[in-house]
Amino acid sequence: MADFFHQNLSYFLSGISVGGQYALIAIGYTMVYGILRLINFAHGDVFMCAGLMMVYLSSSFPFFISIPLVLAMTVVLGFVIERVAYKPLRSAPRMSVMISAIGVSYLLQNAALYFTGGLAKVYPEIPVLSRSVQIGGAATRLVTLVTPFLTVILVVLLTLLIKHTKIGMAMRAVSRDFETSQLMGIRINKVISMTFMLGSLLAAVASFLYFTNYASVTPTSGSMPGLKAFVAAVFGGIGSIPGAVIGAFIIGICENIIKGGASIFGIPGSGWTTFSDAFTFAFLIVVLIVKPTGLFGEKSVDKV
Amino acid sequence: MSTLLELEHVTMQFGGVVAVNDLSLHVDDDEIIALIGPNGAGKTTAFNCITGVYEPTNGRISFEGRPIIVNHPSGRMRKMYGGSEADLFADDRVIDPTPDQITKLGIARTFQNIRLFRSMNVFDNVLTAMHIRAKANVFSSVFRLSWREERQMRRETEKLLREQGLWEHRDEKATSLPYGFQRRLEIARALATQPRLLLLDEPAAGMNPQETLELSAFIREIKERYGLTVLMIEHHMDLVMGISDRVYVLDFGSLIADGTPDEIQADQRVIDAYLGVSEDV
Amino acid sequence: MDKEKRNHLIRLFVAIALVYGMVAVLEATLRPTSIVFTVLRKGAIYSLVAVSMNLLNGFTGLFSLGQAGFMLLGAYTYAILTMPTAVKESDRVYRYYDCIVHFDTGVIVGLIAAGLVAALFAFLIGLPVLRLKSDYLAIATLGFAEIIRAIFQWDVLGPLTNGANLLREFKDLSRITLPFSDIPFPPTLFVFIVVGICILLIVLLINSTYGRAFKAIRDDEIAAEAMGISLFRHKELSFVISSFFAGVSGALLAMFQYTVQAQQFRTVLTYELLLIVVIGGIGSISGSCIASFLYIALSEWWLRGLDMGRFLGIDAPDLFRSGFRRLVFSVIIMVIVLFFSRGIMGDKELSFERFKDGMKGMKARLARTKEVKG
Repeated sequence: MADFFHQNLSYFLSGISVGGQYALIAIGYTMVYGILRLINFAHGDVFMCAGLMMVYLSSSFPFFISIPLVLAMTVVLGFVIERVAYKPLRSAPRMSVMISAIGVSYLLQNAALYFTGGLAKVYPEIPVLSRSVQIGGAATRLVTLVTPFLTVILVVLLTLLIKHTKIGMAMRAVSRDFETSQLMGIRINKVISMTFMLGSLLAAVASFLYFTNYASVTPTSGSMPGLKAFVAAVFGGIGSIPGAVIGAFIIGICENIIKGGASIFGIPGSGWTTFSDAFTFAFLIVVLIVKPTGLFGEKSVDKV
Repeated sequence: MSTLLELEHVTMQFGGVVAVNDLSLHVDDDEIIALIGPNGAGKTTAFNCITGVYEPTNGRISFEGRPIIVNHPSGRMRKMYGGSEADLFADDRVIDPTPDQITKLGIARTFQNIRLFRSMNVFDNVLTAMHIRAKANVFSSVFRLSWREERQMRRETEKLLREQGLWEHRDEKATSLPYGFQRRLEIARALATQPRLLLLDEPAAGMNPQETLELSAFIREIKERYGLTVLMIEHHMDLVMGISDRVYVLDFGSLIADGTPDEIQADQRVIDAYLGVSEDV
Repeated sequence: MDKEKRNHLIRLFVAIALVYGMVAVLEATLRPTSIVFTVLRKGAIYSLVAVSMNLLNGFTGLFSLGQAGFMLLGAYTYAILTMPTAVKESDRVYRYYDCIVHFDTGVIVGLIAAGLVAALFAFLIGLPVLRLKSDYLAIATLGFAEIIRAIFQWDVLGPLTNGANLLREFKDLSRITLPFSDIPFPPTLFVFIVVGICILLIVLLINSTYGRAFKAIRDDEIAAEAMGISLFRHKELSFVISSFFAGVSGALLAMFQYTVQAQQFRTVLTYELLLIVVIGGIGSISGSCIASFLYIALSEWWLRGLDMGRFLGIDAPDLFRSGFRRLVFSVIIMVIVLFFSRGIMGDKELSFERFKDGMKGMKARLARTKEVKG
């Protein structure tokens, strides 16, 4: 038993770590969905762009400048996407907005493809995060340990923001009832922009943690984590922040357990990694069928 | 005269809110029945229960003497149930049909806020409703082996549109018709499903007195021509009192009165429900 | 049938016959390696899958993003079935596995089987997911496509799918012959015929009583249901039929590319197809076809220079380098999505009347400008 634990500790550790990273991305999905009822397909690509920005900026600036710069630029990116691609479609059918989101995703990926020339870019080693440590016999990087704590701290801060500030109150009002809060004089566009900016900020933080682990960035490296974070948001009950976080941790851990399938379940084979991706989606479909409102979601009744 | 539609102790509860409570009513063959009540009294909810849009929390609905919808509160709902007669149907088999199954039984409806097929013209709106009777499967339909059936459907659509005075408008987009015609088209579309019972949800909404007058003649006419029984929700009292055989009055989800139009007009509870009772007198 | 309608049909048939005649002539005269054929073939294949996607998204109002998955199923089914038994038993393709399929079929059987396998999977996946609402349906079908892709690369299925390795040497476009003979058949014409038949079937479906039921569901689910149209049955029907044709187009794509690999059927393929449908106009069959050919012609031919350093006579290797074409493309698409959301055709179809009206309008405008100038 102890042996088993020793051998597989690294899978559990990276599960928790990846879960935290998904959580930070998932919050962006769940907040936007809560307010606009939109699956922001471009969110994963915003996360990828944050990774690429870091690659380029860190080559000319020291970390204490490049990190805040990446955070700021990602926030601006999120803001611009919302203003350009979603705001003009506020009264359009939901399908149009979703198509626009897919268009933005396609645009960001192609832009990344152009600037990188299709090559995987090596992610810089952020000094503190990439330091190696030993836990219970498993060698890992410090980022694995930092992620869950950082995630929890950020989520607590976000919850405080939403509970106790004026803008947070407005956000809650808008996600409860879009039209009425508009009538109540809430400046809806400001709230929506703020939501996108917060989501992007968290995605940027997630990108530091995630790419430190994966060491390289490609134009499509945002789509998988993005989709998985979305699954986490659905699982947790879309619109609910704690739900998204819990969902993300569960998915991160399950996925890594499956990745370690060869040693954990003792069934050899090289297909476990591809299978862990399939698992997430199979899981999604099961959740949607069994409990479409997720763990903490609320049921809505359509009016005839 | 036999009973066509019967509701027994129907209750609809959304979360903690009881929208319709213990509603029992019956509609007999060849009648025109009105369901009235102040806004929010639960009239449309009752309609939605009858037509399968909502699954009632409790109660039994029968059509032509056969139960078509049956339910009783169970599981979590049993604990939070706020209506009456919770155990009356506990031993009955739950029947929860979808709206299309109800329509196939011979109950058609219109909607309070007109719901026409936006992208289609007048002709196709009615023709689409004929689909309910299409026997051809998708293959014979694609390969046009069922062209006879299609021709028959088109002929019937033409007949219906001519009878409804909509034939001249057949190529116009349904949603570009004047309001009164849209109402009429919605009724024509419902008739295309060949119902025995027609449910009209506020057919006179948005009409002026002249149009309302015409509408009551129209409802009588289609009732005679197609051998229909009509159950309608309506606010225009002239219309209700003019053509209904009997009237049911709902307030806060519960039935407060029923009877002939004359009886209802004299009923103190109905007057209170509509005008409100002054509390501080 | 009234006279006007008959005339309309006759003109339509003449126009279609002309297109096919032109394809045949081109194929007899141009070099077989000409870029024109790439555009025509790939454009036709994309037309079919775009039209099948339009059947779902445009005509039934189901926002489904599983197209790549169904194409993959079709491509693999076709490749595995039509690969000659000798090839399967040698180690030319199945190098690391012993292929468990010990027979091979002809092209037509392969194409139909490709459609049927995709349709079968659609039927099974549709049972649970078609009960979901619009955006959940989108994400569930997208997820399904990803699962299929992962499973097809899984080494346990290697004896069937050859794992993550390429499948090739099946009956591709260079090996089309007339039935029961060795006389080669012009490949582009073949693609056009298959695609033409499939699109014809879809058009017939859309204009049948079932097609009207689909449109009713798109316009208003609640009203459709109240008219006795079973939502689930008709959604499932539309989903299965759409996937059948996506499967066939996947098989055609395999024939066109000469190879099949699960890696090619990523989500981005579905996104591209969706954007083609949007460009053509959601709810327009002819729009989807025009947009497909336009898209392929632009990306494979006319905008090639954007990737090669030289475009419209401008030499700028630093700007016009690999990937620039797709960047320009995605910007164009965003402009269309945001400012011309009705696409090329809106929900109308291409017809001579529209063409004539358009010409009249142009003439009138020209006349007016002349007057002003005069």
